[in-house]
Amino acid sequence: MLRAALSLLALPLAGAAEEPTQKPESQGEPLPGLELFRWQWHEVEAPYLVALWILVASLAKIVFHLSRKVTSLVPESCLLILLGLVLGGIVLAVAKKAEYQLEPGTFFLFLLPPIVLDSGYFMPSRLFFDNLGAILTYAVVGTLWNAFTTGAALWGLQQAGLVAPRVQAGLLDFLLFGSLISAVDPVAVLAVFEEVHVNETLFIIVFGESLLNDAVTVVLYKVCNSFVEMGSANVQATDYLKGVASLFVVSLGGAAVGLVFAFLLALTTRFTKRVRIIEPLLVFLLAYAAYLTAEMASLSAILAVTMCGLGCKKYVEANISHKSRTTVKYTMKTLASCAETVIFMLLGISAVDSSKWAWDSGLVLGTLIFILFFRALGVVLQTWMLNQFRLVPLDKIDQVVMSYGGLRGAVAFALVILLDRTKVPAKDYFVATTIVVVFFTVIVQGLTIKPLVKWLKVKRSEHHKPTLNQELHEHTFDHILAAVEDVVGHHGYHYWRDRWEQFDKKYLSQLLMRRSAYRIRDQIWDVYYRLNIRDAISFVDQGGHVLSSTGLTLPSMPSRNSVAETSVTNLLRESGSGACLDLQVIDTVRSGRDREDAVMHHLLCGGLYKPRRRYKASCSRHFISEDAQERQDKEVFQQNMKRRLESFKSTKHNICFTKSKPRPRKTGRRKKDGVANAEATNGKPRDLGFQDTAAVILTVESEEEEEESDSSETEKEDDEGIIFVARATSEVLQEGKISGISQATTVCPALC
Amino acid sequence: MGVAHSHSASEEVRELEGKTGFSSYQIEQLHRRFKQLSGDQPTIRKESFNNVPDLELNPIRSRIVRAFFDHRNLRKGPSGLAEEINFEDFLTIMSYFRPIDTTMGEEQVAQSRKEKLRFLFHMYDADSDGRITLEEYRNVVEDLLSGNPHIEKESAGSIAKGAMMEAASVCLGQMEPDQVYEGITFEDFLKILKGIDIESKMHICFLNMETMALCH
Repeated sequence: MLRAALSLLALPLAGAAEEPTQKPESQGEPLPGLELFRWQWHEVEAPYLVALWILVASLAKIVFHLSRKVTSLVPESCLLILLGLVLGGIVLAVAKKAEYQLEPGTFFLFLLPPIVLDSGYFMPSRLFFDNLGAILTYAVVGTLWNAFTTGAALWGLQQAGLVAPRVQAGLLDFLLFGSLISAVDPVAVLAVFEEVHVNETLFIIVFGESLLNDAVTVVLYKVCNSFVEMGSANVQATDYLKGVASLFVVSLGGAAVGLVFAFLLALTTRFTKRVRIIEPLLVFLLAYAAYLTAEMASLSAILAVTMCGLGCKKYVEANISHKSRTTVKYTMKTLASCAETVIFMLLGISAVDSSKWAWDSGLVLGTLIFILFFRALGVVLQTWMLNQFRLVPLDKIDQVVMSYGGLRGAVAFALVILLDRTKVPAKDYFVATTIVVVFFTVIVQGLTIKPLVKWLKVKRSEHHKPTLNQELHEHTFDHILAAVEDVVGHHGYHYWRDRWEQFDKKYLSQLLMRRSAYRIRDQIWDVYYRLNIRDAISFVDQGGHVLSSTGLTLPSMPSRNSVAETSVTNLLRESGSGACLDLQVIDTVRSGRDREDAVMHHLLCGGLYKPRRRYKASCSRHFISEDAQERQDKEVFQQNMKRRLESFKSTKHNICFTKSKPRPRKTGRRKKDGVANAEATNGKPRDLGFQDTAAVILTVESEEEEEESDSSETEKEDDEGIIFVARATSEVLQEGKISGISQATTVCPALC
Repeated sequence: MGVAHSHSASEEVRELEGKTGFSSYQIEQLHRRFKQLSGDQPTIRKESFNNVPDLELNPIRSRIVRAFFDHRNLRKGPSGLAEEINFEDFLTIMSYFRPIDTTMGEEQVAQSRKEKLRFLFHMYDADSDGRITLEEYRNVVEDLLSGNPHIEKESAGSIAKGAMMEAASVCLGQMEPDQVYEGITFEDFLKILKGIDIESKMHICFLNMETMALCH
């Protein structure tokens, strides 16, 4: 595929070859008229190259994943670096000079923000804050420890003569180098840990550390850099103090900037109900603005974006439409993946340019050994200290993984390139060392961490589906623990979390979330709803009967213990859909009241939705309108499923409860699974005992409209649920007017 | 007070240490807190918990308070509520929230885990019949959702039903159409909560405790 790209280039090159032949003719003569073909390379050069590199990277990814065996052994980042090396070699050979490098400017402004934004936005906030103490300790104390010990040890190495004297560096230079090489890199950690799947606590600690240590790295780097520039003789005591103070300023300032932008983002999304189309744009723009603002003020930009993502997520997710949510998620992932790919490739390419680096074995080997050793030592010490306070201690295996997982990456490389050679004469040696370190950690450590994890039997992450019971019990625990803490009078972690939740509920959420979203927001309800939808999807997927316009199979009288019933459950169980809700309860035995309801619905169906308005073309750039059909169908499904799930019959299972009246109710703006929509409309009817029951599409009028919503159809939330198909017994059909059914069929014929 | 009193006090403390597993430092702290709650009386009643202002905001407040007086938790009987509890009972309840000492043997760890889960089970099972019925479950869900005024009562009912169905499918697997599912027994409860790390979730760090002033 690379060849294809090159041949694409070759074609225009051939075209260009024609031009020179024209020139001699036109010498001294007036131009021969309109040129048929002009070569405009210089005009499109920059964007073309960018696009081409990204294309090459993506094509490479495709090629890698063609071989499963390779990708299961070797993490992608390794392959990309190696590819970069190869490409760099090619470019070097062809052009006789290294063309493309990892430019620090490009890196910090364009390549890093998407990755950090993606990780910040999708960070599991509960887990993050639960482990915040550990994360902060490792990020701050750990990085400082690493920086100082590595720098000092290297200086000691130089004093001992193991580093060649042509490396002209003093203690400060080594400290500077130590500060930039000691930071764990978020990009590398993500790339490697993503494929390893350790348990969440371990992952969040290492990953959180890599994000939060940015502040420390930035401060250390800048402080050491300015000290080096001032010259070690001119450094005064106040400068040290200022250095320490700037640590707080940078980190807290960066976090504050992030939170301000998170607030703005949440607030603006509250009002975007009528302009849904710009919602994803807002998310990206404001997050990027947070990054740039922090960068401008020399604060920690990574912290800013992380805090922005963490802070805004809850409110933004509640406010924006489902389509926007999907868009945001996928765009973020795409951008982040693309940026990561490009970074690793460019790392490989940049390594080839030997004019930028100079080799010194002592320095290189020393650095490698020291970073590994001091990291391990640091982790052990800090863990010992932390385990005094932690609820769940970190054991030895966790510590091994943590120290081994401290990967360095592109951030270190970009920082070392930024050094000023006039001020830091040993820059070239540092560059070479950094390259070796980065390559070592990403390739060697990346390759070996998977087998290591397996060998050590590290606890892996378990993906269990959310069950209602667990959600309920988790909430109960939280309340119990908060209560016991109150009783004991101990203002512990749970107490403060509880306070925060109260504050959030009372003030923040009201301010930042749209009223409709705020009303029904509750985690338990979320899980419940999601489970319902999932089961509904699987139900329909299994052949919940779809009405085909060609024929409405009128049912024969279904038997009491209709075969269809048990087969539903069997269906679900066989397919292993893991439905939590036992839909065996869906019965065809209707009580009188339900029959009445069904009849009523048929009537309503006849009266409703008849006038079909034409909506704007969906190509309008300002407004993507829902297909009328889709919306109706969705509503129908939603209503019926809700009804069905409400009417869990006690007769079948002898679970005592008071029969709740199955009142059709709109569940408001909730998450819908757009995929389900497609699935429902394309539901393949499976031939499993459904022949004797008919599927009829019932439409139900929604009783509760949102107060604020203008119920004009065009503005209806494109957020609604899934198309439902209900089954009606023959009794219903006979009682209700058949005409109602045929009307229903005319109204919703596309459901097949 | 006199030497005699302090002697007997330290004996008591040691006795309590043995029974409940708290250290003497923790026992002293808890004793101070107990005195604050009870107003220097030897026993606490339900009303004493009104003195904890922060507890008001808790949606399952009444259940928790009841749990303190539950005979089953106090190990005094199979059912019923005590009128008042003394310091030893108070400590017994608190011992459910101690961190699990991982240096204990496997059995002991499993045992304490079971104890903690049993405490929770008693909270759900209000009528002490050994099963959590749908009614009881629904009450719990209603309590939990009571903080959110916009969710109607029936939603709580449907959620509870959904949870029961889930529990049924977990515990009984395939169910016949006529099979009756009475309610969640303690064994079923254990099964459902198998995945949750009770050690990390259900405990309070008793290390640094500052007793807070009750009255403002």
